[in-house]
Amino acid sequence: MSENNGTILSVSDLKTYFMTEDGVVKAVDGISFELKKGETLGIVGESGSGKSVTNLSVMRLIQEPPGKIAGGQIVFDGIDVLGLPIDEVRKIRGKRIAMIFQDPMTSLNPFLKISKQLMEVTQLHLGHSKKQAYDHAVKMLKMVGISDAEERIGSYPHEFSGGMRQRVMIAMALSCDPELLIADEPTTALDVTIQAQILELIKDLKARMGTSVILITHDLGVVAGMTDKIVVMYAGKVFEQAPTRELFATPANPYTKGLLKSVPDPAHEQGNPLYQIPGLPPDVAHLPPGCPFADRCYRVEEICHREFPPFVQINENHHSLCHFANEVYEESKKEKLATDGHR
Amino acid sequence: MVENVEIIKGTSLWRDAWKRLLKNKLAVFGLVVLAIMALLVIFGPEIIYLTTGFTADGIPEDGNLIKSFPPSLIHPMGTDEAGRDMLARVLQGGRISLMVGIISTFVSLIVGVSYGAIAGYLGGRIDNLMMRVVDMIYAIPYILIVIVLLSVFGGQNTPGWISFLSDTFGGAGNQGLSQIFMLFFALGLVSWLTMARVVRGQVLSLKNQEFVVAAKATGVSTFGIIFRHLVPNTLGPVIVYATLTVPSVMLTEAFLSYLGLGVQAPFASWGSLASDGIRNIAIFPWQLIFPGLTMALTLFSLNFLGDGLRDALDPQTRKF
Amino acid sequence: MLSFILRRLLIIIPMALLVVTLTWGLIRIAPGTFYDSDKKLPPAIKANIEKKYGLDKPWYQQYFLMLGNVTCRIKGTDEITENGLQFSLAGYDFKCLDFGDSLKYQGQSVNEIIRRHLPYSATIGILAYLLALMVGLSAGIIAALKQNTFWDYGSMALAMLGLSVPNFVFGPILVLFFAIGIYLFPPARWGGFSAVILPVITLSAIYAAYIARLTRAGMLEVMRSDYIRTARAKGLDEKTVLLRHALRGGIIPVVSFTGPALAGLLAGTVVVERVFAIPGLGNIFIQSVLNRDEPLTLGIVAFLSILIMIFNLAVDVSYGFLDPRIRYE
Repeated sequence: MSENNGTILSVSDLKTYFMTEDGVVKAVDGISFELKKGETLGIVGESGSGKSVTNLSVMRLIQEPPGKIAGGQIVFDGIDVLGLPIDEVRKIRGKRIAMIFQDPMTSLNPFLKISKQLMEVTQLHLGHSKKQAYDHAVKMLKMVGISDAEERIGSYPHEFSGGMRQRVMIAMALSCDPELLIADEPTTALDVTIQAQILELIKDLKARMGTSVILITHDLGVVAGMTDKIVVMYAGKVFEQAPTRELFATPANPYTKGLLKSVPDPAHEQGNPLYQIPGLPPDVAHLPPGCPFADRCYRVEEICHREFPPFVQINENHHSLCHFANEVYEESKKEKLATDGHR
Repeated sequence: MVENVEIIKGTSLWRDAWKRLLKNKLAVFGLVVLAIMALLVIFGPEIIYLTTGFTADGIPEDGNLIKSFPPSLIHPMGTDEAGRDMLARVLQGGRISLMVGIISTFVSLIVGVSYGAIAGYLGGRIDNLMMRVVDMIYAIPYILIVIVLLSVFGGQNTPGWISFLSDTFGGAGNQGLSQIFMLFFALGLVSWLTMARVVRGQVLSLKNQEFVVAAKATGVSTFGIIFRHLVPNTLGPVIVYATLTVPSVMLTEAFLSYLGLGVQAPFASWGSLASDGIRNIAIFPWQLIFPGLTMALTLFSLNFLGDGLRDALDPQTRKF
Repeated sequence: MLSFILRRLLIIIPMALLVVTLTWGLIRIAPGTFYDSDKKLPPAIKANIEKKYGLDKPWYQQYFLMLGNVTCRIKGTDEITENGLQFSLAGYDFKCLDFGDSLKYQGQSVNEIIRRHLPYSATIGILAYLLALMVGLSAGIIAALKQNTFWDYGSMALAMLGLSVPNFVFGPILVLFFAIGIYLFPPARWGGFSAVILPVITLSAIYAAYIARLTRAGMLEVMRSDYIRTARAKGLDEKTVLLRHALRGGIIPVVSFTGPALAGLLAGTVVVERVFAIPGLGNIFIQSVLNRDEPLTLGIVAFLSILIMIFNLAVDVSYGFLDPRIRYE
């Protein structure tokens, strides 16, 4: 169903649960999205919203137990990933789908030289000899902007700065020229200046290699300039899904609006304190029956506490999980007109 | 109001830990065995005396001794070389063994907690120096020194202040008892090092928190801050570590008793009973097996309980 | 690194002196001497002996004499000892680490006694630790990989048993089962390979147990870490993830345990040597303490302290090979 229309990854109704002492934690509960070849998808949400778990599920990297993919379908380039034996999944991991993790400080093995960690990927997947793998590793390091790659390749991770380590991670991930790159908060642990450099690097490499990218972040500001479309996640659910431009212009979900308001905007509101969504994300182990965002929502009504909201289709590519999705959408449109008028 | 919140949070922390502990079957097993063992050891000898007429040393009142009699209805664990009832001896020995374990751990607790808390709170150069000393003592093969200590100061040579303590708390002029008091200190003084490290680490992470700063601002003395504010907050790890110190101390006591340096006649511990039993292992195996088994079961339970407590009180770091 | 080793080696000297001083002090403060336990000697002979060992001098002179013997001092002109390290420097004859003669074993030097009895203890000690490493590491790794299965529970229960049964109980039971039952291993006699096996098993049990628990905990912790997730995300199979990526971090706790284990092994050999009637250093040490054979006790304490501290240093150095993040300043 997917190969023909250029879809590289399609996730439908994915459910990943964790069995804990507190009961079943539904970290991901019925997520669906699609990614076309060459596209970049942003997945946005606060910590604990299930965005990382979704992507670990795609790689089948959920620890079982306590985790368990309880339902749904993940189709990668026509392959049913959840139905594959684990040996076949390993042939995809690192070769066709690669991942960059949040914390470059802990994601590289502190006991092994960088060279070893880079070489083992291509030796495994591309059948490189030691020499080939070494040369390739040097080439990859140069590509991610490590200038003195020949000297640095023999170092251990702790001899690199955070930003450099993330470059190494990216080099490692792109070693086998994967079709899909999943970047899980690749800049969160880094300094602001380094953040921009790393994002620029990912953008640049994506353009050069034609890789599809999933960019996971809690910061809408990060995905704005990079992605084609965005999935907003909250409490294991998709709250809103839309093309990037539309989501930023006319959000149809109060949660997205809150997120957008909390992005620092240097052009406006100078000197004003940054907006923050009140309250904390809910405990996914004990979700109330209604909308999980109800307690923090600015336009909450009685029904929100009582009934789970519907997934409303605003237009062809725009969906929102809210009892009042259309109302919020109209509201956003009006605000948009007003601010445009100001300008 | 704020204080209320603290208290609620505090109690629920302990209640959660207790709940987690009860979920751990092995820890509960250990707890139950230890409780039964404690009751048996405390009340067992008296019950045996009342029901069978054996004295605390397991000698029948009529003086009718059957030497090395195998386990039977009258003597469930048989009798020893001198004809004393093994069950009575084992229960009696348990009193000493557990006492040595608990009191020595207590000694190590007092020394280790004070040392670690003071080093951690004062910090800087003093902390550095105090911890270097601990490192150095760690490197010393302390067991050699304990052996020398117990053998030259054992028996008649017990130092005066130890005899004084033993006379005051135990009974006057009892040489065997003062040897046991020697053990308390010898074992306590060699097992405080790790405790000091554990407490220091805790104090280091606590000392900059608000409640300490607040106490300091309101003029609480350094001593007060350390012992009234910081030490109570290190209780979790201290309990865990103390629970694991008891079996290791008991093992060392058994080892010393085996060498003839620990508990001595007329007193007996599981270690000294087992070491007596070894002589006759091929002919009268029960003389080794029962004290050995009882001791192993107790240590087993203590270790399981300690493991369980660590998992319950410190769910994040399930380290060794 | 070299300066680190040198500095640590230098620290060993005052530490060993501290231990020796402590031991000497304990022996001296305690009432009674070697001669009390022996038959009453005629005063003239006693005075003679006391003169020979310098016991007629004030205590501080005796102390420095002892220190000089244990460390280094200029050889007296009338001394004809060949013990310890001897060398000439700037026209003086020096001797080091000469622990003197035993009081009990007349005419035998402490150095000679140590040399004679050390091999027994060293053999079972080293073999026991190697066995403990082999058994403990494999049991720990298996338990960690098959967490919460029969293998995990089984090996951890066994390990707990190993921690809870005193070795002087375990040894005789082993003997009872094997030696007397099967006539396979000769009990209580040193000689040949087979007689070593039971003492080695007895001694290793508790360390195998410790190491198994440490390995399991260490491996479980490492297997949860981010870099293992990275390794899996690369498509490596579990065996490679385990052996190439997890093992080194996982066994670091085992390496740190080696220091305390060495000190423990020392105590262990004392017991095992007694259980199996092995004429090792541990046995001799206990005898010397009970006999109040001061030179022998001091010599063994000094020798073992230095040995253990050197081993501890070796352990610390080996960290550096295991963990590249460690720097020796």
